[in-house]
Amino acid sequence: MKRDPRTVTKLVPVPSTNIIPERDVDKSPILECRHLGIDFGGLTAVDDFNMAIGRTEIAGLIGPNGAGKTTVFNLLTRVYQPTRGTVLVDGHDTAGKTTTQISHMGIARTFQNIRLFKELTVMDNVLIGLHHEMDYRLPGAIFRLPGYWRGERIARDRARELLGIFDMQDMVDYKAGSLPYGAQRRLEIVRALATGPSLLLLDEPAAGMNPSETAELMDNIVRIRDTFQIAIMLIEHDMNLVMGICEGICVLNFGRIIAKGTPEDIQANPAVIEAYLGKKKEA
Amino acid sequence: MSYVFSQAVNALQLGSIYALVALGYSMVYGIILLLNFAHGDIIMVGAYVTYYAMTSFHFHPLVSVVLAVVMCTILGVAIEKVAYTPLRSAPRLSLLITAIGISFLLENGAQLIFGTDTKSMVQEPLISGSLSLGDVSITYAALITILVSVVSMVALTILVQRTKLGKAMRAVSEDMGAAQLMGISLNRTISFTFAVGSALAGIGSVLHIASYFQASPMMGSMLGLKAFVAAVLGGIGSIPGAMIGGFAIGLVETVVTAAGLSTWKDGVVFAILIVVLLLKPTGILGKKITEKV
Amino acid sequence: MMKQNRIRIPMPLRYLINILLTVALWGALTALIAGGVITNYWSGILVTIGINIILAVSLNVATGYLGQLPLGHAGFMAVGAYAGSIYMKATPLGELIRSGDTLAALPYMLVALVLSGVVAGLFGLIIGIPALRLKGDYLAIITLGFGEIIRVVLTNIDSVLGFKFTYGAAGLKQIPKISSFTLVFICVAVTCLVIHMVMKSRHGRAILSIRENEIAAESVGINTTYYKVMAFVMSAFFAGIAGCLYAGYLGSLFPSTFKFMKSIEILVMVVLGGMGSMLGSVLSATVLTVISELLRSVGDLRMVFYSLALVLMMIFRPKGLLGSYDFSMSRILEKALGFLFRPGTRKAQKKGGAAK
Repeated sequence: MKRDPRTVTKLVPVPSTNIIPERDVDKSPILECRHLGIDFGGLTAVDDFNMAIGRTEIAGLIGPNGAGKTTVFNLLTRVYQPTRGTVLVDGHDTAGKTTTQISHMGIARTFQNIRLFKELTVMDNVLIGLHHEMDYRLPGAIFRLPGYWRGERIARDRARELLGIFDMQDMVDYKAGSLPYGAQRRLEIVRALATGPSLLLLDEPAAGMNPSETAELMDNIVRIRDTFQIAIMLIEHDMNLVMGICEGICVLNFGRIIAKGTPEDIQANPAVIEAYLGKKKEA
Repeated sequence: MSYVFSQAVNALQLGSIYALVALGYSMVYGIILLLNFAHGDIIMVGAYVTYYAMTSFHFHPLVSVVLAVVMCTILGVAIEKVAYTPLRSAPRLSLLITAIGISFLLENGAQLIFGTDTKSMVQEPLISGSLSLGDVSITYAALITILVSVVSMVALTILVQRTKLGKAMRAVSEDMGAAQLMGISLNRTISFTFAVGSALAGIGSVLHIASYFQASPMMGSMLGLKAFVAAVLGGIGSIPGAMIGGFAIGLVETVVTAAGLSTWKDGVVFAILIVVLLLKPTGILGKKITEKV
Repeated sequence: MMKQNRIRIPMPLRYLINILLTVALWGALTALIAGGVITNYWSGILVTIGINIILAVSLNVATGYLGQLPLGHAGFMAVGAYAGSIYMKATPLGELIRSGDTLAALPYMLVALVLSGVVAGLFGLIIGIPALRLKGDYLAIITLGFGEIIRVVLTNIDSVLGFKFTYGAAGLKQIPKISSFTLVFICVAVTCLVIHMVMKSRHGRAILSIRENEIAAESVGINTTYYKVMAFVMSAFFAGIAGCLYAGYLGSLFPSTFKFMKSIEILVMVVLGGMGSMLGSVLSATVLTVISELLRSVGDLRMVFYSLALVLMMIFRPKGLLGSYDFSMSRILEKALGFLFRPGTRKAQKKGGAAK
C-alpha cells in the first residue's frame, strides 16, 4: 500500500505501555486511556483499553464490525459512562465530566450515522460549533448591541474560512439535510473543527465515499492536522486510508486491543490477520 | 375497623377502574407511541350507552353491559381507522393533536346529543345490594368491579403473553419495521390493540356507572387523564405496571378524600406522579430505553 | 448563482422597514377602531387575538424551537395572571384608569406586566430544571401535572392561608382593566421582536441545535441543560405576560379557566400554524380565534365544528399550515425588487440550467 511521505513516522514507547510518534514524545500525550472498560448489562463491550495519542499524531482505530470502536469514541466523549478505567485529556482526568464539558476540554467528534442539525443551514451548523467563539450575552442579542454584531461577523468569517477547507463556502445557505452524503460528512468535520479542538475524533469519515473522494479526504485530513497542529483519531474500514495516513494504529477485537503499532507492524501481525480473515484451517 | 375496611374497598374499587382504563392507554402507547386522549371519552360513551340501554330501553342489565362493551370496541377501532391510520407516517405531534381533536369531538358531540346535564342512575342501579360479613359489608357493585378487573387483567396478560396475536402486538411495539418484514400485518395488529384497549375501556365504563351511577359528557376527560397518570406511574407499556399505577392512584384519592381534602385530590395525584417520575423517570416498572449513538 | 442576483437590503434598513410596517398596522387598526369600522365587539376580539398570539408564540419557543412538548402552558399563564392581578388590585391603578389618566397609570401597568412575566418565568425555572431532565412524552406529562397542580393550588390556597388571596373558585374580581388595544398590540410586537432577536443569535441557534440533535449539540459543546431551561423560562415569561393581559381584559379571574384544555388550545394554535414558525403561530392564533368567534352563532355546534376542523386539518395537512416556513417582509421585498430591477435574471438562470 502507498504511504503518504508526510506521515512516515517512527513510534517510540512512552510510560504505561503506549507508543506515540517520535516527534511528539517530549510533549505529554493529548489523550491517554488507562484500563478503560464498559459493560452493558452482562456484556463487556470494551475492556482494558490502553492508548496514548501524541499531540500531532494521526491515529487509527480499526477492527471488525462490532469490535467496540464506536463505543470507545462514546466513552472518550462521555456519551457513555465508563464502568472502569480513566481517560486523561491533556493530563486532566475526565471522570464525572459531561459530553459538553469534554468538548470544552478539547475533544471534538463526528458520528458514524451522521448527526447534523439537518433542518438548519450549513452556516448555522458551523456557527453552532463556533458558539463559544462569540461572547455576547442575551441582552446583547435582544438589543443588538455592538458585541452582537462583532461576534456574529467574526464567527461568520471564521465559518467561511473553515468551510473553505472543503471548498464548501458556496453552500452556506443550503439546508444541511439536503446536502449530498459526502458533503454532509465533510460538514460534520468542519463543525467539529469549529469548536477548536486539540483532538478530533472521526468515526468512519470515508464511509460511502468513492475512491477519488476518499483520496481527497486523506489529503484533507493530513492538511487539517498540519494547519491546526492537532491530533486526529479515526475509525475507518477503508484500509487504503488507514494505512496511508495513520501513524499509530490500534486494532480492536471483541472489545480488546489485539495489536498496536505502525501500519507496517499491523499489516504483518498474525493476530490482526486472523481477526479479519479468520483462522487458517489446519490442513 | 369497618371504616378502614370500607375505605380499603373504596380504594380497590376506584383503583380497579383506573387500572382497566390505564391498561388501554398503556397498550395503545406501547404500540404506536400515541397518548390517546380520546381513550377517556370512550368510557364516557360507554357510560351513556349503558344508561340509555337500562333506563330508556329497559334492556336486561347483562344485555346493556354487552352492548356497551361492543359499542366501545367498535368506536375505538373506528377512531383508529378514520383518524389515526392516515397519520401513521406523520410527525408524532400531529397524531397527538388528532387524538385531542377526537377527544374534543366526542365530548362536544355528547354534549350536543345527550345534553350538558349529568344523567343519574341511582334509581335504577346496574347492580344493587350488598354482602354482609359480620360487622363489615361490601356492595355487590364493589365486589364485582374488583373481580371483573382482576379477571380482565389476567385474561389480558394471557392474551399478550401466550397467543399469536399477543406475540404480534409485542413484536410491533418492539420494532414496527422488523415486525412487518416478519410478515406481521401492521394494520390488523394495531386495530386489534385498539379493539382490546377499547373493550377494556368499555368494561371500565360499565363498572364506573355501576359504582358511581353517573354519566356526563365531560366525565371521561379527567378520568382518562388520571388513568393515563396511572399508566405512566406504573411504567408505560407494562401491564402489571398499569395495574399497580391504577391501584396506587385509587388508594391515594381515597385516602385524600377520607382526610377531608377532596378538593386537593387531583393536585396530590399529579404531585405523586411528578415525584415518581423524577426519582424513576420510566415509572415503577418501566424499561429504560437508551439511544444508540 | 442565485446569491449574486438577489438584491440584499442592508440590515439597518430591514429593521426600519419592519418597524414602519408594524407602526402602520397599528395605525390602520387604531384608525379603523376610532372610525367605527371595527366595532366594539370586534376590537374586543382583536385584544383576544393579541393575547392568543402571545400565548402561541411563546409556546412555540418551547415546542417549535426547543422541540419539547410542554402541556402546562396555561399554568404559567395562570401564575402570571394572578401575580399581575393581585399587584394591580393593590395599586391605585383601577382609579387611574377610570379617571382616564393613562400617563400616571403607565408605570403601574409596566410593573404589573413585568412582574407577571418574572413570576411566571420563575415558575418556569422551578418546573423546568427537574422536568427538562426528562424527555419527550415524559416531559409532556410532568408539565401537564404541574399545570394541574397550579390550578388546584389556586383554587384551594385561601383555605390554607386563612386569608383572601386568590379568592379560590369564586374568582378574583374587579381587576383594573388595563388591556387596551394599543397596550396589547405593543406587547405582541415586543414579544415577537424579543423572541426573534434571541432566535437569530448564538443563544437561539443553541436552542435549535437541541431540537435538531441533542447528542450532537452536546458534542460541539452546547450546554444543553442551560439552553433548555432558558427556552423554557422564556416561554413561561411571555405566557405570564399574556396572563396578565388576559386578566386586565376580562377584569376577573377563575382558576377553572386554566384547565388542561386551555394548554391544549394553545398547543393546537402552534401545531396548526406549523411548529417552529413564528408567523404560523401568529396566523393560526388569529384564524382560530376568529373562527371560534364566528362559530358562536351556531351555539352548541361550535365546538363540534372546531374539533372536526382540527381533525380534518391534521389528516390532510399534518405539518401545519406553514410547516416551519418563516416569513420576512424584507425577504419578500428583496424578491420583488430582484424581479423588478433584474428582469434578465430568470432567463439567465434558465440558460445556465440548460447548458448543464
